[in-house]
Amino acid sequence: MHDPKGAAAPAASTGRLRRFRFALAAIVPLLVLWYVLTSVTHTISPGRFPSPNDVLQAARQISRGNGYAGGTLAAQVWQSSKLVLMGFAVAVGTGAPLGLLMGWSRRAEALLNPAFLLVRPIPPLAWIPLAILWFGLGDGAKIFVIWFAAFVPALINSYTGVRNIDPTLVAAARVHGASRLQLVTHVLIPGSMPMIFTGLRLSMQASWTTLVAAELVGAIFGLGHVLIVASLDIYPGMILYAMVWVGIMGALMTKALALLERRAIPWRG
Amino acid sequence: MAGLGAGSSARSKGAPSGRELFALSTLGLLAFFAVWYGVASSGWVPSRFLPGPVVVADTIARLSDHAYAGYTIEAHTVASLQRFGLGFGLAVALGVPLGLLMGWYRGVDDVVAPLFESVRFIAPIAWVPFAALWFGTGIGGPILIIFSGAFPPCVINAYRGARQVDTVFVEAAQTLGAGGLRIITEVLVPAALPSIVAGLRVSAGLGWQSLIGAELIVVSSGVGYLMVQGQTSLQTPIVMSAMVAIGVVGFVIDVALRALESVVQRSWGVEP
Repeated sequence: MHDPKGAAAPAASTGRLRRFRFALAAIVPLLVLWYVLTSVTHTISPGRFPSPNDVLQAARQISRGNGYAGGTLAAQVWQSSKLVLMGFAVAVGTGAPLGLLMGWSRRAEALLNPAFLLVRPIPPLAWIPLAILWFGLGDGAKIFVIWFAAFVPALINSYTGVRNIDPTLVAAARVHGASRLQLVTHVLIPGSMPMIFTGLRLSMQASWTTLVAAELVGAIFGLGHVLIVASLDIYPGMILYAMVWVGIMGALMTKALALLERRAIPWRG
Repeated sequence: MAGLGAGSSARSKGAPSGRELFALSTLGLLAFFAVWYGVASSGWVPSRFLPGPVVVADTIARLSDHAYAGYTIEAHTVASLQRFGLGFGLAVALGVPLGLLMGWYRGVDDVVAPLFESVRFIAPIAWVPFAALWFGTGIGGPILIIFSGAFPPCVINAYRGARQVDTVFVEAAQTLGAGGLRIITEVLVPAALPSIVAGLRVSAGLGWQSLIGAELIVVSSGVGYLMVQGQTSLQTPIVMSAMVAIGVVGFVIDVALRALESVVQRSWGVEP
C-alpha cells in the first residue's frame, strides 16, 4: 500500500512498481474515457469505433461454436502462428548459414552479394501478389512471403556477426590446431551469436507483420482473414478484438525469442 | 599476408585479389539474370507465371506509355510517393518531438511509455480495416497506415538519442545561464541528431513497405494498386514491373537518407 519513504526496498522492484503504477495511471483513464465517449455520451458513433461492450460481444462470438470467419479464435490464432513459425524456421535455416558464409568468405560474398542487393530493396509485402499468383491463397504463398521477410535480417545480422569477431580469436584457434569444422562450431557461431539473435528478433517481427498483411490480402483462414472479414462486415467490435490479438501474439513471439536468447547466450548477461 | 594482416577481420585464409572479387561479382550478377532468363524460357514453368527479364523490361516500357489501372506507371509511382511523403512527414513531425520529450522528462516517459508499448506490437497493416472504416478510399487511410509503420522508430530513436546526451553538457549550459528552450535547441537536439537520423532510415523503410501493403487493399491508385490489378487479371509481367518500381523507389529513399546520415554523422556525431 503506502510504501514508507526511504525504506530499504531494492531499487529494481520499486522501479518496476513505479512503472506499473504509472502504466495504470495512463491506461485506466483512457479506458474510462473510451467507455464514457462510446457508451454514455455517445460522442463516438458505434459505426466508427466500437464500445467496450461491442468488443466483449465480438470476443464471445468468436470464442464459441463456429466462431467467426471460418473458425474460433484459437483456431485462427493457431493457423497464423503455425505459418509464422514455419516461414521463420525456413528463413533462419537458409539466411543465417548464408550470412555466416558470406561473412567468412570474401569470394562467397562477391558472388552472392549482387543478387542479394538487387532483390533486397523490394519490401516483403510487395511479394504478396506474386506469391498469390504462384501459390494461390493457401499456406504455400504465406510461407514464401514470410521467408522473404525474415531471410534478409537473418542474413545481414549473421554476416555482421562474423565480421565483428575479433581476428585474434580466429588466429588463436588456428595456432592451437583447430580444424575447419571446429573453427566454425567453436569460434564463428558462438562469436556471432549475439548478432544472430538481433537478426532473429527483427526476422520474427518482419514475419508477423508480413503474415498479417498476406492474410489481409488473400487467405481463407487466420487472424488477418478475421480482420478483413470484419472490415467487410463493418463490424468494429471484431476489428478491434482481432487487432488486440495481432498485438498480443506479436508481443508474445518477441518475448519468447528474448527468453530463448538469454538461454542461448548466457554470457551476454 | 594470409587473411590476418594488420587491421583485417576474422575471415578465411588467402585474401583474394580485387580483380578476382570483381570478376566474381560480375559473375554473380550475370548468373542472377541468366538463371532468371533460363528458367523463364526453359518451359519448366508456364511463362504466364514467370516472365523473363526481357519481358519485364518490355512491360515497364509499355506501362510508361499506356495507362494501366487508370494511370501510367510513373503516375502510379508519383501517387504512392505523395502518400508516402505525407505519412512519413507526419510521423517524423510528431514522433521525433515525442521521443525527445520522453527521453528528457521522466514524467512524460512514465505516462506515454505504457500506451506506446501497448500499441507498438500491433502490425501497422492491421490498421487497414479501421483505415477503411474511417476514411473510405480517401487519402487518410493510407496515411494512417504509413504513419503507424513509420512512427515507432522515430519515437524510439529520438528517445534513445535524448537519453544518451551527456548530462555534463546540459549542466554546463545551465551553469552558463541557458534557459530551457536554449538547452533543447542548442544541446539536446544536436546531441540526439545522429540517433534521430538513424531512426529516420528505419522509419522510412517501414513506412514505404506499409504503404505498399495499404495500397494492396484500400486505394485505387499507386504502385501497390497496380500490382493488385495485375494479380487479379493474372498479368505476372505487370506485377513484376510494379515490384521493380517499388524496389527502385525504396532504394532511392534509402540512399538519400543514408547520405543525410553521413552528413549528420560528420557534423554532429561523436567520434567512437
